[in-house]
Amino acid sequence: MALLQISEPGESSAPHEHRLAAGIDLGTTNSLVATVRSGVAETLPDQSGKFLLPSVVRFAAGDSTVVGSDAKAAAAEDPVNTVLSAKRLMGRGLEEVKARFPKLPYEFDNDCEVVPRIKTVAGPVSAIEVSAEILKSLRQRAEDTLGGELSGVVVTVPAYFDDAQRQATKDAAKIAGLKVLRLLNEPTAAAVAYGLDQRAEGTVAIFDLGGGTFDVSILHLKQGVFEVRSTAGDTSLGGDDFDQLVADWIVEQAGFDEDRSIRYHRQLMNIACSAKEALTETQQTEIDLQFDDGSRWQGHLGRDEFNRIVQPLVKKALLPCRRALRDAGLEANDIDEVVMVGGSTRVPLVRESVGEFFGREPLVHIDPDKVVAVGAALQADVLVGNKSSDEMLLLDVIPLSLGLETMGGLVEKIIPRNTTIPVARAQDFTTFKDGQTAMSLHVLQGERELVQDCRSLARFTLREIPPMVAGAARIRVTFQVDADGLLSVTAREETAGVESGIEVKPSYGLTDSEIEQMLLDSLSHVEDDVAARSLREEQVEAQRVIEALDAALAQDGNALLSAEERAAIDSASAVLHDAMTGSDHRAIKRAISALDKASSEFAARRMDSSIKRALAGHKVEDFS
Amino acid sequence: MSSDFTQNYFELFGLPVVFSLDQNDLLERYRKLQRATHPDRFANAPEHERRLSVQKAALVNQAYEQLKSPLLRGRYMLELWGVEFDDQRETQFDPAFLMEQMEYREELDAAQSSDDALDRLTDLESRVGKRRQELIDELASLLNTGSGEALQTGKQCVRKLQFLQKLQHEIVLLEEELFE
Repeated sequence: MALLQISEPGESSAPHEHRLAAGIDLGTTNSLVATVRSGVAETLPDQSGKFLLPSVVRFAAGDSTVVGSDAKAAAAEDPVNTVLSAKRLMGRGLEEVKARFPKLPYEFDNDCEVVPRIKTVAGPVSAIEVSAEILKSLRQRAEDTLGGELSGVVVTVPAYFDDAQRQATKDAAKIAGLKVLRLLNEPTAAAVAYGLDQRAEGTVAIFDLGGGTFDVSILHLKQGVFEVRSTAGDTSLGGDDFDQLVADWIVEQAGFDEDRSIRYHRQLMNIACSAKEALTETQQTEIDLQFDDGSRWQGHLGRDEFNRIVQPLVKKALLPCRRALRDAGLEANDIDEVVMVGGSTRVPLVRESVGEFFGREPLVHIDPDKVVAVGAALQADVLVGNKSSDEMLLLDVIPLSLGLETMGGLVEKIIPRNTTIPVARAQDFTTFKDGQTAMSLHVLQGERELVQDCRSLARFTLREIPPMVAGAARIRVTFQVDADGLLSVTAREETAGVESGIEVKPSYGLTDSEIEQMLLDSLSHVEDDVAARSLREEQVEAQRVIEALDAALAQDGNALLSAEERAAIDSASAVLHDAMTGSDHRAIKRAISALDKASSEFAARRMDSSIKRALAGHKVEDFS
Repeated sequence: MSSDFTQNYFELFGLPVVFSLDQNDLLERYRKLQRATHPDRFANAPEHERRLSVQKAALVNQAYEQLKSPLLRGRYMLELWGVEFDDQRETQFDPAFLMEQMEYREELDAAQSSDDALDRLTDLESRVGKRRQELIDELASLLNTGSGEALQTGKQCVRKLQFLQKLQHEIVLLEEELFE
C-alpha cells in the first residue's frame, strides 16, 4: 500500500517533480558549476570536458562576447578589452580600485565614479556585467547538460565580502537571469562538501586561499549542523598577488623598464603564474620570455627564492587565522581538522606554514578547486526543495561589524562581527539640536573607530521628526541582516511613528533601473519579447506559491484555521488559479500578493506551532 | 502578522527564568529552534513567510546570545524583574571597585610600554578572567535569592562585569596589535 507523504512545514509539497538547481563558484580566476544528480553532487564539464571556466571575458565589437579559455588566450594580445579577475573590482568605487590595483591595464570611464566601468570596444562595462557574462555561460552549460531551465542557484562569495560586494554579486546573477536562492560563503560551502562527504564532526578550520581572495572560517560540525564560529580574511589576497610578486622579481632580474613591464604586463603575469605552478612539483624552473618585438629573456627560479619572494603574503594570511581563533574563543590545538581550499593552497610554502600554525597536517586530499561548487550544489538541492532541509542546517555569521556614524566622526557598532545571521538589532538615538526635524544616518561596515577608516555602505535621511527639545526624540534604528549576509536598515521616530527605511543599496552599487536595463539588454535576440518573459516568470512564481500553500493547508489547515478563514484563503487561491491561465503578468502578480496577504495569519500560526513542535521533545518547564 | 514576538527569551526556549542553565541543553534547544525557523527552510515559501522566518530566526539568535552569556543572562533577568539600567548616566562604582578599576588601568598602561608587553598582557587578561568568574558566581547566588536587596547588589555585579568585559576586550585588541 502506498503511504501518504506529508511534507514538513515551510517546504514545498512532496512528492513533486525534481527541480533543477545548481551551485556556482564564481571565482577570481576560475568559475565552476555543480549540481546534484541521483543524489550525487558533481561539477559539470563543458563540451570539451573541462570543468574550470576561466573567469575571463573578452568584449568585441558587435555581439560577440567571448567567455572562458578563448578569452583568456586573447588576454595578452588584447588586454584592454579582455577583463580578468573582475571579482576583485566587485562592489568597489573607482578611487578604491585605482588605489588597490594600480597595475590594471584597463582604461576606466572617469564619468562613472559610483560603479567603475572599463572602456571596451563594446562600450563601457562594469565588473558586475563581466561577472554576469561568466554566470550566463555557466547557466548555459548547466541547462544544456541538464536539459531544462534552472529553478534556482546558490552562488558562493568570499566569507569576508562586505555588503557592497555581496550585493554586486547578487545583481550580477540577476542580470544573468538567475534566481538566487542564497549567497553562500565559500568556506562554509567547502565545509558542507567536506563534512557531508566525510561525515565529519568536531571543530574544523577552512583555509581558503583562492585566486584573489582569502578566507579562514572556523566551524563546528555536528549531525548536519554547520555552525560558523568565526570568520576572517582579506578580500585582496590571493594567487594573483603571488603572480604579481614573481612578475616584479622577473622585471627586476631582467632589468625591464616601466614601459616594457606595463606593455607586457599580461604576458609577465602568465609566465609568473606558470613558474609558480611548476614550483609546486619541482625545486627549480626555467623562465623563458619571448616578446613580440623579438627580444628575449631567460632565467631560472628556485623554490627557496620563490618562498622568499612570497613569504610576506603567506604571513599576511596567518594573521586572519589568529584573529579567527581568538574570535571563536579557541586555541590552535582545539581545531580537529584543517581543510585546504582554493588553488593557491597548492603552494608548498602555504601548506607548510598553515600546518605549522595549527600544529597539524592540513587535509589536501579533496579537490581544492571543486569543493566550493560542490558544497553550493548540495545546499541548492535542499533550498530548491529536492531534499529535506532537516538533514542540513547552516548557521553563518557576518564577517565585519556594522554600525552608524555618530558625533565627531565616530562609528557606533550596532552588530559586531561574527554575529550569527539572520540578525536584527535596534539602537536608540536622539536629536542634537532643539527643533531638529531631520536626522541623517550614515551606515558603515568595518572594525575601526573612525568613520574614515570604515567602509561607507549607505546614507539616508529620516525626515518629519516632530520638533522637540534636543534629546527628547527617540529614534530607533534597526539593522537587519538576512541569511545572504545582506543588510537592510529602518529608522523610526518612536513618539510620532515617522518611519524611513532603506534596503542598503551600497554607495558603490547599481540602481534597480540600471539592473533592469542590463537584464533587458542581455536577453538574446532569439528570445521572445520581454512581456512573454515576465509572464512566464510570474506563472512559475504562482505555481510555486500554490504548491507551497496546498502542502501547508493539507498539513495544518484543519488544525489552525476556522472554516471562515479557510474560505478566505481558498477564494484568494481560486483567483490566482484563474489569473494563471490568462496572459496578464500584472494580474498574476496582484493575485499572488493578494493570496500572500490572505494567508499571512496562517503562516504566522504555522511558524508558532512549528516552534512548539521543535521543543516538544524537551520538557517544557513550568512557569511559576 | 500575529506570530508571537512577545515571549521573553526564556519562554521562547521553553525554560524557566533561572540563572543556572545547562549549556548543552540550551545549545540543543537553540539548534532545534533554528531548524524550525531558519530561512533555509523557507527558500521556496511566499514572500511574507520568508520575511517572517528571517525575523523569527533573528529573534532565536538574539535570545540564544543573551541566554548563553552569564553576564547578558544576568542583566536580562534583572531587567525582567524590573531593574533598570542606564549605562550612559550610571558610571560610579563603590570605592573598593573604584580602586580595583584604577589598578587595572595602571597595570594596562604599564604593560603596554614594557619590553615583555605580551606576557604581562596575557597575565593581566587571565587575572581579569578569574575576577570575572568570581563575580559571575556572586551574581548566580544573588539571582537565586531574588530579594529586593539582592537585585540591587546583582545590578552592581552586572555593571562590574560589564567593565571587566570591556577591559578584557581592550587587552585582546592590544595583544592583536602586538602580533600584527
